[in-house]
Amino acid sequence: MKKKLSLVTIVTEGILKEQFSELLQENGASGFTITRAEGQGSRGVRARDWEGPNLRFEAIVSSAAADQILAAVEKKYFESYSVIAWVSNVEVVRGEKFVGEENV
Amino acid sequence: MELILQNLISPVTLAFALGMIARWVRSDLEIPSAVYQGLSIYLLFAIGLKGGVSLSVTPVRELIAPAALTLVLGVLTPLSAFFFLRSLGKLGRTDAAATAAHYGSVSVVTFIAAIEAVKISGMASNGYLPALLAVLEVPGIIVGLLLARESKGAGMKAAIHDVITGKSIFLMVGGLVIGALCGPEKIAGVAPFFIAPFKGVLCIFLLELGMVAAGRIQDLKAAGFRLILLGCFLPLFHGSIATVCAVAVGMNPGGAAVFGAMVGSASYIAAPAAVRLALPKASPGIYLTLSLGVTFPFNLALGIPLFLYLAKNAPKFLS
Repeated sequence: MKKKLSLVTIVTEGILKEQFSELLQENGASGFTITRAEGQGSRGVRARDWEGPNLRFEAIVSSAAADQILAAVEKKYFESYSVIAWVSNVEVVRGEKFVGEENV
Repeated sequence: MELILQNLISPVTLAFALGMIARWVRSDLEIPSAVYQGLSIYLLFAIGLKGGVSLSVTPVRELIAPAALTLVLGVLTPLSAFFFLRSLGKLGRTDAAATAAHYGSVSVVTFIAAIEAVKISGMASNGYLPALLAVLEVPGIIVGLLLARESKGAGMKAAIHDVITGKSIFLMVGGLVIGALCGPEKIAGVAPFFIAPFKGVLCIFLLELGMVAAGRIQDLKAAGFRLILLGCFLPLFHGSIATVCAVAVGMNPGGAAVFGAMVGSASYIAAPAAVRLALPKASPGIYLTLSLGVTFPFNLALGIPLFLYLAKNAPKFLS
């Protein structure tokens, strides 16, 4: 049985790894995946290892939690750090794995 | 002049230049980040071990004056850097404080390059210098962050924790302790790995550093002429004072030159990470460009031989 949920993706400077791990967990993510990322953007090429590599966080959460996460990211990080974040709709099986039994 | 040339034509300096050329000609050369990180762990640990061994044979009273001098300069250099960056550099408070934290802290690679240059010139050095390196790394960053008057208690605490437990201090102090506990005989067993290949590893590391620095040099235009001048003046100013003071407290001429290079150098590993977290509004385009794109190559090419010259001749002036 597939369930519709939100996939939050955040690409950030590596130096914020711990802060984003905490932010996701505090806002209802039961888990997340981190991959190393490389790229270029409006703030210029990243300083690579001197600031740590870029990281891409992915977490599947309820749509309410996704809004909460984006709001928190916007408030704390967009102004001063190289961070982008977006939400996409995904369909998953085992929905309770991501949002808990009572919300399925 | 001969000192400068002698210093430029060494595998270490030339490897740095080769790295810069690689970036300019758009070579596909790239040091994988895992390799680079492995090399930096090796270098830091090896310096610690070597320093620890010489600590184990140095009487404590010989250390007191140099250590006190290191602490004093570690606190004063960020203050003077902050003053010049504000007045001559026309930087805002946050950017000036962030950059001052870099100049207050120390560049380990400049230190190693200075040690090698002293060896080549045949002057005597002091074995306990790596211990001073560890002492010098922390206070500058803390003073710099305080100058910003921005970070709240928690941000400051996190930044200090970050500096002290960061890999550069952790490995170096760890190596110092291990080296000091084991002494020369027991360390002889690991010397073939940690001492003999050290310079070769340093060359590869500098190749990577050259590439990163070349990338930063493209940002120089944005930094402006004033800041580039300051990036050359600050190491000269801090380094010369430190060299003369070091001779005055009785360090060997070679050791005094290395000490000058240490105090004149600007950090680009420990400080940027701490500053990025504690002062997010400060621009890495300014502090990283200055420390890595201007001050590091300046010290490598001109600063170190100048401090050598000064250390050789300072005893005459002082007496």
